[in-house]
Amino acid sequence: MADLMTATHEAAHGAAHGAAQGAAAAPYEGAGSPYRWGMSVDLDRCTGCGACVVACHAENNLPIAGPIDTDEGRSVDWMRVERYWEGHYPEITAHFVPVMCQHCTNAPCEPVCPVFATYHTPEGLNGMVYNRCIGTQYCQNNDPYNVRFFNWFEAALNFPEPLANQLNPDVTVRSRGVMEKCTFCVHRIRDVAADAKAEGRLVEDGEIDTACAQSCSANVITFGNLLDPHSKVSKAVASARRFRLLEGLGTEPVVYYLKGGQA
Amino acid sequence: MKLHPPLVHGDDKINRDILRPLFETSWRWWALFGLCLTGFGAGFVTWMWMLGAGMWVTGLHRPVMWGVFIANFVFWVGLSHSGTLISAILRLAKADWRRPITRAAEAMTVFTVLMAAQFPLIHLGRTWFFYYIIPYVNQREMWGNFRSPLAWDLMAILTYLSGSLIYLYLPTVPDFAIARDYATTPVRKKLFTMLALGWRGTRKEWHRMNLAILMLAVLVLPVAVSVHTIVSWDFAMALAPQWHTTIFGPYFVLGAIYSGMALVVTLTVLIRWAFKWEDYITPFHLDKLSKIMLVAAILWTYLWCGDYLITWYGRLPEEKVIIDIKNGGPFFWHQLTMMLANTIVAIPMLAFKKVRTSPWALMFLTIFINVGMWLERYLIAVPTLVQKGPSYTWTTYSPTWVELMMSIYPFAGFVMLYVLFVKMAPFISIWEIREDRVAEAYKTMGQAKLRAIVAE
Repeated sequence: MADLMTATHEAAHGAAHGAAQGAAAAPYEGAGSPYRWGMSVDLDRCTGCGACVVACHAENNLPIAGPIDTDEGRSVDWMRVERYWEGHYPEITAHFVPVMCQHCTNAPCEPVCPVFATYHTPEGLNGMVYNRCIGTQYCQNNDPYNVRFFNWFEAALNFPEPLANQLNPDVTVRSRGVMEKCTFCVHRIRDVAADAKAEGRLVEDGEIDTACAQSCSANVITFGNLLDPHSKVSKAVASARRFRLLEGLGTEPVVYYLKGGQA
Repeated sequence: MKLHPPLVHGDDKINRDILRPLFETSWRWWALFGLCLTGFGAGFVTWMWMLGAGMWVTGLHRPVMWGVFIANFVFWVGLSHSGTLISAILRLAKADWRRPITRAAEAMTVFTVLMAAQFPLIHLGRTWFFYYIIPYVNQREMWGNFRSPLAWDLMAILTYLSGSLIYLYLPTVPDFAIARDYATTPVRKKLFTMLALGWRGTRKEWHRMNLAILMLAVLVLPVAVSVHTIVSWDFAMALAPQWHTTIFGPYFVLGAIYSGMALVVTLTVLIRWAFKWEDYITPFHLDKLSKIMLVAAILWTYLWCGDYLITWYGRLPEEKVIIDIKNGGPFFWHQLTMMLANTIVAIPMLAFKKVRTSPWALMFLTIFINVGMWLERYLIAVPTLVQKGPSYTWTTYSPTWVELMMSIYPFAGFVMLYVLFVKMAPFISIWEIREDRVAEAYKTMGQAKLRAIVAE
């Protein structure tokens, strides 16, 4: 896997000099929305502290899993920091890759859902409708990044009293048997976008921050509108260091990773 | 044997021989039925318990979201194949040796599909909302997603089930009429009268029925082929290593014919022994069935090797890790057993006429083949998911007792429905056997000895 990621990384480097440079800000065809949400993750800055993971758990009412369930692979972590070792002791390097839903433009999880529980919004988000989900789990099988999660337990089991008191009221508590995944903190987007619409303007850059981006002390994660050429994320994505996870699959994620220097 | 005097003309011995299980029930039948009912009931209770408890009682976990349940689904859909498919092909090809076997094979199709169709429901996270897939009219104007292979599955399986059911029922109508005429108790009389649909055996009726069977046979063939192709698309349409391959369509269909033929042979041998129908099902029939099985085995092996060779030679890193865990990792024994059962043992054994004509050797061989075919389905579903995507998320998978119970469930359920069917309908097509006997008969005309009926 590490080899594969380096390979994609190098491929992205080569392509960056060519025509692919401007592709990041290309409009999402047929969407008709002034927004195209995207994210950049600067791996050269990531320290692997895990603050984004904690922030995501707190923000999005992620089920609480104990050591046994986590060990059995039943924890729910919309955001995870993957750690890869390179070399042998003492010449050893750790690589950290924060991975969340990549909100692919050609999302493989979407066409396989038989009930439209997951679909693409005009703003380029990979939306998830919990009410509609019947739990075929096909989306996770077809997800090359393994960033979709199944609710194995009842919500009441996930949040025993008094933990239910800390739930975020803006975010649905998912019931047993449905899939879930990173939403790019869609409740925050809706909140700000509704205000902007009432004031008759577009959302400005920096107005919306996802929980992970907000909590990152090393400024690894930048969130914003890819259609706005002056937004911080558009500028970050224009970097020659950019690449996307498993780019060869053609899923066209909107999460761009930046990697250049030796870690 | 106390049977009502026959109202129909014809060979009374055949009628009585084949109708015997309908009117006489031994303690062995009750024992087998009880055993199956217990297994089926235990599986059903487990399922209901799982519905209440949640899917965590299985061995599934991220990213292995499809495990034994889906392997069972593919296996049972596969088993269903040979029944209707083989019967339709043999009817269209006018292969007379098919006559004693078709009914058993067609019934097998209906009952295996019934078992298979439950697994997509069993593995759902919210089974109680399964109807969201069905494109029904509703005030929210929500429809199913026709791009999803699971939506195709639903339609393919329901079409296949209804087609196979009609294809099983239609040729049974004249036999139900014979059963009606022989029935002694009022309940049976009433039941068979209803099932016989007022069949009188006029020329017009025979003509219409033969035409209908012919048309159904032609229609059901493409459905049978498409069902397992569509099941294969559940995998082939996915962007996962080892699944995303165009060979899966024909490969699944052939695997299905192979495992289905094996089950037909197993059942034929057992029925022949249980009802002492050695006169009707002879080694000649077993030989013919085994030959089809041999062809399926060779073709299946060829396609398996084709798939394997290309991925092995391609050396894509994602594919290679999965081939590696099958060749030397946790799935080594599964793959070895599969290859032994389906190719290394089966093909040389089936090449000998001695094996092809000895019922008991065939029975053990076909059971072994189906063990191999189950493992093949397991090997398609699970290893890919175990090591898919970023290596950080790689995992292992071991089923729990829930999955074991849910694997016993379809076996018990299938045998239960099958033994019930033995009591409900003549298990060998009486009219087709008689038709054959008449056609085979000779008449002397002067010095010449001629066939009684000349087929077109």
